[in-house]
Amino acid sequence: MSVFVKVHDWLDERFGWNELLAPLRKKTVPLHRLSYWYFLGGITLFLFVIQVLTGILLLLYYRPGANEAFESVQHIMTKVKFGWLIRSIHSWSANLMVFTAFAHMFSVAFLKAYRKPRELTWVSGMILLFLVLGFGFSGYLLPWNTLAFFATKVGTEITGQVPVIGRPIMIFLRGGEEVTGATLTRFFGFHVAVLPGLATMLIGLHILLVQRFGISVPPRLEAEWKTKPAALREMKFFPNFALRELMAWYVALGVLGALAAIFPWDLGVKADPFVAAPAGIKPEWYFLFMFQTLKLIPSKVWFMDGEVLGVLAFGAAGAVWLLLPFIDGGRARKWVNALAVLALTYIVGMTIYGHFAH
Amino acid sequence: MATLHINIPASWARRWLLAIVAGLLFAGLAHAQTKNTCLDCHSVLTDNLGVTEEKFNQDIHAQKGLTCASCHGGDATSDDPEVSMGKKAGFKGKISRAQIPQLCGSCHSDPAYMRKYNPSLRTDQLSQYHTSIHGKRLASGDTKVAVCVDCHSVHDIRLPSDPRSTVYPVNVASTCARCHADAERMKEYKIPTNQFAEYKTSVHHEALTVRGDLSAPNCTTCHGNHGATPPGASSVANVCSTCHVFQAQLFETSPHKAAFASAGMPGCVTCHSNHAILHPTDSLIGTNDKAVCAQCHTDGDPGFLAANKMRDQLAQLAAAIDNADQILSQAERSGMEVSQAKLDLVQARDTLTKARVSIHSVNVERVQQDIKPGLAAAAKNYEAGKEALKERNYRRFGLGLSLIAIAIMLIGLKLYLKQIESGQESQAT
Amino acid sequence: MAPTDQGITQPNGPASAPVRRRRFVEALLGSGFVLSAVAFFYPVLRFLIPPAESDMGSGSVVAARVGELKPNSGKVFRFGSRPGLLVRTAGGEYRAMSATCTHLACTVQYRDDTREVWCACHNGKYDINGRNVSGPPPRPLEAFEVQVRGDEIFVRRRQES
Repeated sequence: MSVFVKVHDWLDERFGWNELLAPLRKKTVPLHRLSYWYFLGGITLFLFVIQVLTGILLLLYYRPGANEAFESVQHIMTKVKFGWLIRSIHSWSANLMVFTAFAHMFSVAFLKAYRKPRELTWVSGMILLFLVLGFGFSGYLLPWNTLAFFATKVGTEITGQVPVIGRPIMIFLRGGEEVTGATLTRFFGFHVAVLPGLATMLIGLHILLVQRFGISVPPRLEAEWKTKPAALREMKFFPNFALRELMAWYVALGVLGALAAIFPWDLGVKADPFVAAPAGIKPEWYFLFMFQTLKLIPSKVWFMDGEVLGVLAFGAAGAVWLLLPFIDGGRARKWVNALAVLALTYIVGMTIYGHFAH
Repeated sequence: MATLHINIPASWARRWLLAIVAGLLFAGLAHAQTKNTCLDCHSVLTDNLGVTEEKFNQDIHAQKGLTCASCHGGDATSDDPEVSMGKKAGFKGKISRAQIPQLCGSCHSDPAYMRKYNPSLRTDQLSQYHTSIHGKRLASGDTKVAVCVDCHSVHDIRLPSDPRSTVYPVNVASTCARCHADAERMKEYKIPTNQFAEYKTSVHHEALTVRGDLSAPNCTTCHGNHGATPPGASSVANVCSTCHVFQAQLFETSPHKAAFASAGMPGCVTCHSNHAILHPTDSLIGTNDKAVCAQCHTDGDPGFLAANKMRDQLAQLAAAIDNADQILSQAERSGMEVSQAKLDLVQARDTLTKARVSIHSVNVERVQQDIKPGLAAAAKNYEAGKEALKERNYRRFGLGLSLIAIAIMLIGLKLYLKQIESGQESQAT
Repeated sequence: MAPTDQGITQPNGPASAPVRRRRFVEALLGSGFVLSAVAFFYPVLRFLIPPAESDMGSGSVVAARVGELKPNSGKVFRFGSRPGLLVRTAGGEYRAMSATCTHLACTVQYRDDTREVWCACHNGKYDINGRNVSGPPPRPLEAFEVQVRGDEIFVRRRQES
């Protein structure tokens, strides 16, 4: 241990971080029945780091471009040593990250952790959630297989339905009128440069805000602890909570390895724009609830086109959800609770429905 | 015609306008057909005197500018029936069946005349017809046999390349069947009428109608069209061999050729049938009930033994390929990439196809020449499949090791935490 | 952050139970960390080292090397997931086409005696441009583009202009 202490002191003399990190030593995590939910944010961060690392490794072999993308992924899966592992981990971790991001968001919503003064933490987190969905959508196209090609076609088509701004956005996303190799190049740029840059900045902000204001406690518990300070239970972040978080990360790593080895991600068939879309094209599971909703809306509602109405409705719902902390407060809280339950049930229900529907 | 309310002062301008309009009208009419007044009445008559303009417009002859008078004589330009159907105009009326071939041949056998319309069209149909069974019987007075219009239709004759034509390759068999599948009609000729029904079960019919392969044989491919005659027993194999070259060559050099000839049995048809040519499976060779060899060969004779051996050879190769395919599919399902091996298996399948041809030599060594490389290829791919499964197991083993490492780490962390926290507790108290 | 060491009563005496437990936990942590780090870094390091076939080809495949094919001969090579045929004509030119017969998908070959592409299954024949000239094949063989670069012969799909 003395070696570590020596190295630690040497570095501290040159970085001067003992002073900076001192507040972190005092950071605590509130302990109560629902404390387990606090792990989710860290797990999402861990999965993001995994994505960055495996993503950088994949970048060493992947070639964007309609005539090379599929072959390069095939090369990674078959010829590069452990390429199958890196790629499968990347794909599985992506899906797990979307799941944990949603779970983290819902747990924050139910635990009311977005209350003042943490509104901006919520907003930055919501934007991060949208970025994660963007990562998923852009990354899905990169192997350039049939499923991805048509899922992108349908997805960008739906974006084009938004009135006024929809079409320009669609053309911007597609890099043209149709989904072509230009779309692939563009999505690649979003996926490896634009989105990571934005995400890193927002994650930095998000974590900074969490450190600044500490970990929130559900309102009723907060009130209770104010009246009875003795009842307050908390745990030190370093080392107690951090070590537990580390355990959760190791479990996540094991799960990822198992998924990658037992259910390697498949290649599919190379995309051919001139072949008709295979029957039953569906987007990835995290878009299913929106997709299924749009399928169920009748083609005309009053005077509005059904699909446009659906897209606008989701846009409005997203906007409301983004501004939740500003809407919630006082009597509105009961409604917000009900809304959160409704949203969760709807998303889960529609996802399951969409999975089993044709 | 719409009235033109144009205030043209000069009367000459009006006259010019009328002339132009009239000219256009005439041009339009002339462009459509040459004048054919026959249809004015006959398009509204019924039964066999009725030919509608719609029907006649489909006819290739009408489209080339011919009229009713081109075949029936008379004057198609006159509105007066006395003139148009008069003797002076050479009106022939209904053409008798016996005269039809000659009538059609009067143009279609004249190269100088046909050259004006399509220089590459054959002009020997009539002379071929005279050699056919239909032609010969017609010459001896039987008017029930087929003449030109029975196959090509009349008044709406389409090009054979037109999918709606009665002699479009896909439609030929149904056209022949109109008579040849009619038991009543064929009774006096004492020929069977099950050919069409049998043909419909054949691979050739499937190739034509389902796969759309126009090169597949229909009735006329083997029997001829204008010179339609059944090929004789000794020559039917020549017909088959125009497409099935290898099987025919192998048969020629096999002991079956002499044996079949001396028994008066036709090659090819004896085993494969003439009309009901079903898709041959490996069970067609051998000595059990579905196989054809036992029809002649008895237990113990060399042919019997050879048949069984060849059956076994095919079965062995088919099984080897199947095994390799199964293990490769299993590897693929577990996430391994085996596209190269699957491609190589295609080569093995090719050898099986070749072996199924070489059995026509009825020579076990000859068949073995094709079987051997196939077995080698199948074995190689089976090995590739095993390798892929080995790789899969290696991955799972590696996974197991990593999970053990992670488990150790987790246990260590848990214990460490317990240690720290009990230490912190005792510090606090 | 060091754990409390109330367990040690005598500095030079035998280690007591709490110390043993502590050392065991440290050993566990150490080995666990090293093992999981190896399990993590071993695949990553192997991944970083480029494989033998480093170039997967930008849609083009090396069909043969210059000098490998004599004039008036052919070679079947792998093109994607299907076979391809590379022919060197008597005049020395290279031609490449799909080797999957358009009749019933057997693999075709080049015949140097008749100087045409031939399918052994049902005697289908194509010319050296892939056009179906005789026998059952209903369609020509898809023609590919040939490029000679250095001493390698590359074949790729025809690019639309």
